[in-house]
Amino acid sequence: MVKFTLNGATLSVDDDPEMPLLWAIRETAGLTGTKFGCGIGECGACTVHIDGAPTRSCQMPVELAAGKAVVTIEGLSGRAAKAVQAAWRQLDVVQCGYCQSGQIMSAVALLSHTPEPSDRDIDTAMNGNLCRCATYNRIRAAIHTAAKMMEG
Amino acid sequence: MTRIVNLSRRKLLKAIGGGSGLVLGVYFSATDRASAIEEPARPLRAGFEPGQLSPNVFVAMDPTGQVTLTVSRPEMGQGIRTTFAMIMADELAAAWPRIVVRQSDGDAKYGDQITDASRSILIMERPLRLAAASVRQMLEAAAAQTWRALIADCRAVDHEVIHVPTARVLPYAQLVKTAMNLPVPNPDKLRLRDSSSRRYIGHAIPSIDMGAMLKGKTPFGADVTLPGIKYASIERCPVYGGKVKNFDPAGAMAVRGVEKVIEIPANPAPSGHLPLGGIAVIASNSWAAFQGRKKLKIEWDLGSNASHDTTAYRAEMQATARRTGKSVRTLGNFESAYAGAAIRVVGEYFVPYQTHATMEPPVAVAAFENSKLIVMAPTQSPQTARAVLAQYLDLKEADIVVRPTFLGNGFGRKALHDYICEAGWLAKATNGRIKVVWTREDDIKHGYYQPICFQRLDGGLDKNGVPIAWRHRTVFPSLASTFHADQVLPDAAQLGQGFVDMPYAIPNLRCEVGAAPAHMRLGPGRGGLNMAHTFAMCSFIDELASAAGKDPANFLFTYYAGPKKIDMKALGVDYPNYSALIEDYPLDVGRLQNVLQFAMDRASWGDPLLPRQGRGLAVHRSFLSYAAAIIVVTVAENGQISIPRIDLVIDCGQVINPDRVKALMEDSIMYGLGFALYGEVTVKNGAVEQRNFDDYPVARAVITPEMHIHVVPSGHPPTGAGDPAVPVIAPALCNAIFAATGKRIRTLPIDLNLLKDAPATAPVPTAGAPAAPTAIPLTPAGPAPKN
Repeated sequence: MVKFTLNGATLSVDDDPEMPLLWAIRETAGLTGTKFGCGIGECGACTVHIDGAPTRSCQMPVELAAGKAVVTIEGLSGRAAKAVQAAWRQLDVVQCGYCQSGQIMSAVALLSHTPEPSDRDIDTAMNGNLCRCATYNRIRAAIHTAAKMMEG
Repeated sequence: MTRIVNLSRRKLLKAIGGGSGLVLGVYFSATDRASAIEEPARPLRAGFEPGQLSPNVFVAMDPTGQVTLTVSRPEMGQGIRTTFAMIMADELAAAWPRIVVRQSDGDAKYGDQITDASRSILIMERPLRLAAASVRQMLEAAAAQTWRALIADCRAVDHEVIHVPTARVLPYAQLVKTAMNLPVPNPDKLRLRDSSSRRYIGHAIPSIDMGAMLKGKTPFGADVTLPGIKYASIERCPVYGGKVKNFDPAGAMAVRGVEKVIEIPANPAPSGHLPLGGIAVIASNSWAAFQGRKKLKIEWDLGSNASHDTTAYRAEMQATARRTGKSVRTLGNFESAYAGAAIRVVGEYFVPYQTHATMEPPVAVAAFENSKLIVMAPTQSPQTARAVLAQYLDLKEADIVVRPTFLGNGFGRKALHDYICEAGWLAKATNGRIKVVWTREDDIKHGYYQPICFQRLDGGLDKNGVPIAWRHRTVFPSLASTFHADQVLPDAAQLGQGFVDMPYAIPNLRCEVGAAPAHMRLGPGRGGLNMAHTFAMCSFIDELASAAGKDPANFLFTYYAGPKKIDMKALGVDYPNYSALIEDYPLDVGRLQNVLQFAMDRASWGDPLLPRQGRGLAVHRSFLSYAAAIIVVTVAENGQISIPRIDLVIDCGQVINPDRVKALMEDSIMYGLGFALYGEVTVKNGAVEQRNFDDYPVARAVITPEMHIHVVPSGHPPTGAGDPAVPVIAPALCNAIFAATGKRIRTLPIDLNLLKDAPATAPVPTAGAPAAPTAIPLTPAGPAPKN
């Protein structure tokens, strides 16, 4: 039995301890905002925050989440999150939307520790998040917009 | 007359591959497309939604004034739910916040529901406007009745009706109940609103689904669940057409969470929409099913495709392309003109198999209860899915419901329904609720691949550099081979994608097609066959310009000559024109010239560049729209390239949602760059060699160039935007590389190693050059932060 907090509530998982956290979130807890895209940490669709750090949940055995605070797109809150969501809306970033939970999780993590990111900071933080609709251009612009919103 | 799309069952069955004139049920023949619109509508009648004002299947208003629009096209990122809502809202004079969008199920009452080939707006704009107009006119009539006024004095504006002479106002909510008792207007009597009254069409309206998407609440196919659902993962034969010889489920059954192991019988090639077959591991969660699969022991009968090898196949295609093929378009006498040419140019072009790699891998939920099947899945065509399921599972269509979810990309992959049939088959076999989950490896190794294609072009110029002879040969396995045996030559629909529709005025011309037997399951991808053909055609015209010593843009202008509309019928060419009437949507060379001129002006064509930089262009009409790209590339001495700027021009007729078109253009650029730089599926011993995004890379954020999107103002009817700009990107990039280095790229993906130590052509350096953009790495950058 593995216990951790998921968006503030305690979750107990009685399953294969090697099962990736992703599947515990999606199928045990039923929170489907976190997506499966590749299963090998190449696409970023499964990104969650673990104790604040952006993490590929498909690569983390659930047993390693024991005692940690896991936050998914459904539990996102705070200044950076609000700014990112507002900027995403303002620039109409989303196309199909499948990868966007992961994009938003990565962007919020970036802005939480780098409030004024350069293009290079953004590329470094976001290059692990694939988008087959290629909304990259707007994501980059929206992160700058969100950074400005956080200043004001 | 109201023309609400209503496909008969016969047409539907044709659409799933049972008839001629169709490619994979994805393109309707011209007659089918026409009849989809022209067929007499079911009469408009009230009461589709009880208790609401709903004179038709698409638009309903409840007594609070809330409007429900039923969208009959699945959403896969093209923004169709928002765009349809905009069309409807302008005609209804509705307030945006009062609109709710719901997705149609696959029921025939909504008409054709396929999302493909960039045709949704083309087909649905008028039926939606008529549906909304009928509701609006009933509300206006209700107001007139209430005020005992003339209908002509009652005007709907922003969710209210105004009595113009007295400025009295009644909100829609107060009119709904009265309107429900009024007769539904005769379709002939519907008055459409003037375009000057539009508040949504032509404006940037954000996605109607944005709020849910930002919170991860949008239900994709992968997100559907049901109480008691089981998860299935399927081990399939590595070779197309192979089957299970024998298997041992014991290891899998020992895995915690695994409940059943079942063989899904193989469907022999060509298997069409039907499952490949294999061993399904059913478990209490996805992970357990994946783990169980690893413990299966399976002996395969690999079948006749086990010797397929892309290296050898390429050589065979090349040999075919060097022989005379079947002629599909001829003009003048190519042989004699070529023999007499002062300069001859030969180019052999190759494009590998590629796959869709939708962000959401195929996935489907099916529940079989009381002899009825309910499917919830990401499908581009719920009706096709329903018809295919009925045939495959021997059920009546009336006993099947298919509810499309949101799609995490479609690209044509989700118009092919093997994954849905797998779920349906397993649900029926277990009399239960099943979710079939494809891994990324399943997706890459068992796709419907875009055809591998080899092309040869021979061109002749006279002593003044005038092109006098053009012969284009294409060789690729036909998409129809996925549905029909012994298809070795592609049909007119495929050849009409950037091949026979060659627009240059060259007096001696031959287009020939060579035979290619299929060994893989094939399916159309984004841009269709235009991807391969446009790469060759737009590169080769650049080769001719270079051989003639002419500026490529001026060269194009010169040879977009002759009549401005190419009459394919008069030329004796079988040209389906994307299933649209050629009279309504001609092949208009004037619009090609126009997008080219637009691009040249915006991209400052002809301005000097830095050393090792080059500018390339490509222009093409596909899916009835016109696109031009101009790309500036910098090639470093180590072969790395970077793209300081791309200008992309689109003329897709009248634009409903300009910002969505712009987004699709940004997307098209990146998809096109991924196609040019990365996408390649290779096959050895019949099996795909790639497996995931680590060895089948796609475009990442870091290569995003500076983009300038130009949407041409146009009064032409709206045409596609999802596909048409993608094909011009690769040839524009390769032409730019040629301009920078003199190296001609004729094989995709581009091998950047070939550009190492390329001599720089030396344009005059200019002062005040912008900072260098990020270089595109020789191998695609992997993801940044891992755990």
